[in-house]
Amino acid sequence: MNTRFATDTKHDVEVAPELAGLNLVDKPDGPAAAAMLSAGIGIFMLGFFTTGAVISASLKSFLAWWEWGQGVGPLAGKSTVAVIIWLVSWAVLYFVWKDKDVDLKKMFYIGLGLGLLGALGMFPPFFELFHS
Amino acid sequence: MEFNSREMWAVIHGLILGTLFLLAFAGGLAGLWSLRPGFMTTAGIKERMGRLYVGAWVMAAASWAAVITGTWIVYPWYRVKLAPVGEDAYAGCVDAILPNTSCSPRDFLKSNVSGSTETWHAFGMEWKEHVTWAAPILATAAAFLIAYYGPRLIARPWLRAAVIVMFVGAFAAAVVGGAFGAFLNKVAPIV
Repeated sequence: MNTRFATDTKHDVEVAPELAGLNLVDKPDGPAAAAMLSAGIGIFMLGFFTTGAVISASLKSFLAWWEWGQGVGPLAGKSTVAVIIWLVSWAVLYFVWKDKDVDLKKMFYIGLGLGLLGALGMFPPFFELFHS
Repeated sequence: MEFNSREMWAVIHGLILGTLFLLAFAGGLAGLWSLRPGFMTTAGIKERMGRLYVGAWVMAAASWAAVITGTWIVYPWYRVKLAPVGEDAYAGCVDAILPNTSCSPRDFLKSNVSGSTETWHAFGMEWKEHVTWAAPILATAAAFLIAYYGPRLIARPWLRAAVIVMFVGAFAAAVVGGAFGAFLNKVAPIV
């Protein structure tokens, strides 16, 4: 039996004897936590910009500026800026946590909550509530 | 039998990239689901993981290609304002039964000249154009997690379930985009 996983400090580890032949080394959870949390941040920003563009004309103009004359409108800025924020947050969190064991479940659920808020912000019956 | 340029891009965006995404999702989900203790030999794990890595990254790449072509190539043809003449925002759509060179798909849907179509834009397109951007973010994060942990996911059922949630979340976002894309292309095709 592979005791590496049986004695793993990760709280959700099961014994998997078939992994013994692969000689896997343990990896820190920090990079995974960074990926989970930053995905939630990115989706939250998509929702934030979608609803925000309905509420604020100046934000809508700023987001439309990102279309570079291609006729995409504010969607250009909503998607581009959200993706930039996602990538930057992922990079920052990755370098901060790359050698650490971060509470993966906590970061997953925070990311999930942010993602659900973002999904709400992109749902037309929700953001249309703010149309003046 | 031919496609014009716009039809070809609509096919690339929706049909080709969408199909690739669906195929990669189905294979990836099956691979992830079976990453359980006691299901595979060591040799089987090595063989399975290679396909899972390819499937996860292909799904991520297909979703990026779909949203980028959709937003930056197809969407401007959908939303361009062709119909306004003077004070009448939809003058170019009078008597139209489909979008045409004086009535873009968005003009056509919002004008209600061919039935009650405005909700296709206000709900369908508005939801699709935004929420589909969640798909590549989730698919990329899931592909990273699969590549980072590899076979270690077998021994960590909660983590595997979390990756599946992200994987399915990417699929759900893409389904909204794909389904409304297909409906909208029926009601108001890109011309």
